[in-house]
Amino acid sequence: MNRSMIDLWVGVFVVAGFAGLIFLALKVGNLASFNTSQVYPLQAKFANIGGLKVRAPVKSAGVVVGRVAEIRFDNETYEAVVSMNLDQAFQFPRDTTAKILTSGILGEQYIGLEAGGDAAMLGSGDRLRLTQSAVVLENLISQFLFNKAAEGKEAAK
Amino acid sequence: MRAADVRGQLERLGGAVTSQVWRLGFASRFLLYLVLHSGTALRRFRLTVAEIYFAGVLSLVIILVSGLFVGMVLGLQGYETLQRFGASESLGVLVALSLVRELGPVVAGLLFASRAGSAITAEIGLMKATEQLSAMEMMAVDPVARVVAPRFWGGVLSMPLLAALFSAMGIFGGYLVGVQLIGVDPGAFWSQMQASVDVRNDILNGVYKSIVFGIAVTWIAVFEGYDAVPTAEGVSRATTRTVVTSSLAILALDFVLTALMFTGGNGQ
Amino acid sequence: MQQSPIVEIQNVSFGYDAAHPVLRDIDLSIERGAVVGIMGQSGCGKTTLLRVIMGAAAPTRGAARVLGAVTSALDRDGLYAMRRKMGMLFQFGALFTDMSVYENVAFPLREHAALPAELLNDLVMMKLQAVGLRGAAHLMPAELSGGMARRVALARSIALDPELILYDEPFTGLDPISFGVIVRLIRELNDLLGATSIIVTHDVQEALGVVDYVYFMAAGRVIAKGTPDEIRDSREPFVNQFVNGKSEGPVPFHYPAPDYAADLELAAL
Repeated sequence: MNRSMIDLWVGVFVVAGFAGLIFLALKVGNLASFNTSQVYPLQAKFANIGGLKVRAPVKSAGVVVGRVAEIRFDNETYEAVVSMNLDQAFQFPRDTTAKILTSGILGEQYIGLEAGGDAAMLGSGDRLRLTQSAVVLENLISQFLFNKAAEGKEAAK
Repeated sequence: MRAADVRGQLERLGGAVTSQVWRLGFASRFLLYLVLHSGTALRRFRLTVAEIYFAGVLSLVIILVSGLFVGMVLGLQGYETLQRFGASESLGVLVALSLVRELGPVVAGLLFASRAGSAITAEIGLMKATEQLSAMEMMAVDPVARVVAPRFWGGVLSMPLLAALFSAMGIFGGYLVGVQLIGVDPGAFWSQMQASVDVRNDILNGVYKSIVFGIAVTWIAVFEGYDAVPTAEGVSRATTRTVVTSSLAILALDFVLTALMFTGGNGQ
Repeated sequence: MQQSPIVEIQNVSFGYDAAHPVLRDIDLSIERGAVVGIMGQSGCGKTTLLRVIMGAAAPTRGAARVLGAVTSALDRDGLYAMRRKMGMLFQFGALFTDMSVYENVAFPLREHAALPAELLNDLVMMKLQAVGLRGAAHLMPAELSGGMARRVALARSIALDPELILYDEPFTGLDPISFGVIVRLIRELNDLLGATSIIVTHDVQEALGVVDYVYFMAAGRVIAKGTPDEIRDSREPFVNQFVNGKSEGPVPFHYPAPDYAADLELAAL
């Protein structure tokens, strides 16, 4: 194996290796989606965030417009404080509602934003006033059972 | 067992531990010397390129084939389990994350250790046994700079590329089995994967892992070769030690790195 | 101009650990231009002495002065500078197995001198011609016989025209023809290069035919020295046994063992 053959094969190997890395980054990972675009922070308080995690998506009308950056606990009001980063390109009115929704029935949780009608827009660091907490499965089940019991009583009457 | 027997065993154990610690210290000094004298390997890059060929290119076949099979098995096994929860569309996520975070660097590292690591140890050990290293010393050429350093850098540079190729091949294998064979929706396969695999946290961490493994495996391989007893038996024992120690090191480092990188990073 | 000895070993002792000295109080002086033999049984310390001369082992006592410098006082760069003026032929050649014959001989030239390709080629061919193997330049070491490999190694060791050439057991395992070739080459190259040669060997008769002076070693000491004739006629019992190849003498035939009858359990009868 003379020198030029070795060089050729090593060159092929290195190119293939980098191609593999690029394939992973682009086709497998989420490099294509925004990581480096301009963002501005917003805050929201929830009574219960359920299974929401950092880096969960923030969606509006089903489209990803931002990511959850930080989740804290406010010891004064006993509420969860969620900080999120929204893409600079998307502005929302001040009376926008933030709800914690689940993708699918048992999927991961995300924040859904429903735009309000206020003329004034939310600025950097502002807090969303209207929030709806996550649906906790146990509450849902007990409510269902309660409803069922109430129906049963009605029918028995 | 008599008290003297017990004490004898303990003494031997203590002696074995201290000699291993001493050996680790010696190996560390060797690594430092090696890195400090890597000028030749980097200036005359031809030497290192030749070693990238022997360590990297010649490992391509085993890496690519193994990657393909591992990916295909992941596809099969993953589908079996996921479809029980109605989550078969997450197959892409399962395959990609398993490979990129863990199996890519670890399995590629293990294969690299057994193929390239043992070859490097055997080569250096045999050069020592046939007095080639002494001859080089006599000709006023530092054998560590001329023979050992290029092999070290060749291995370190090859390893991340091999791990990436392993992961890529594996994902392709998972795609073949999941989409082509079983019939999972290709759109869901790729889109869910892209949504869940983060470049910074998953892929880059996998690359860091493979770099760390590459350094560990190649360091062990060149050290065992250089330190081998210069006989046929000594070289064969050194080669075995390379494979065993490298494999253990990879698995232990994998645990440490995984704990550092992937847990406690979610805030919750 | 008075020429100082090229190698001067004064009162040198050496041991890998203090309890087991390998060399004891060696005194040696080697004149320029001479071919000197260091002979003795296996394990008498002659290869270790060679390593001391090379600078690969620092004497625990005494000083080794080689090519004008004290080896133990040299740092790595100084040691390498000294070794560039020396050539060493290892026991089985120690050729680099992944390079061809040409590459092997060219190796020291490439590492230490930035020569244009044509000049390098000429030098390599000249060295190979001197050992009679110019036609084998393209072969790989695995394709060479033992004698040829050793000749190539010899060409490699003289590539930089050394002042001092060391031979570690150069005659081991050679057929009579290769033997004669090596013997002739040692003498020729020494005179051609104006160098000094030190041969470590236990091939007595053949070595006595080529060397100018002999140092005889046993158990880490120099027990006899002189010209080949003086050694051949030596009355010293060990030298006598060695030179004449007798099986009995100061070195006994039997390895120390307990009573023979006891081993055969005859005493039990």
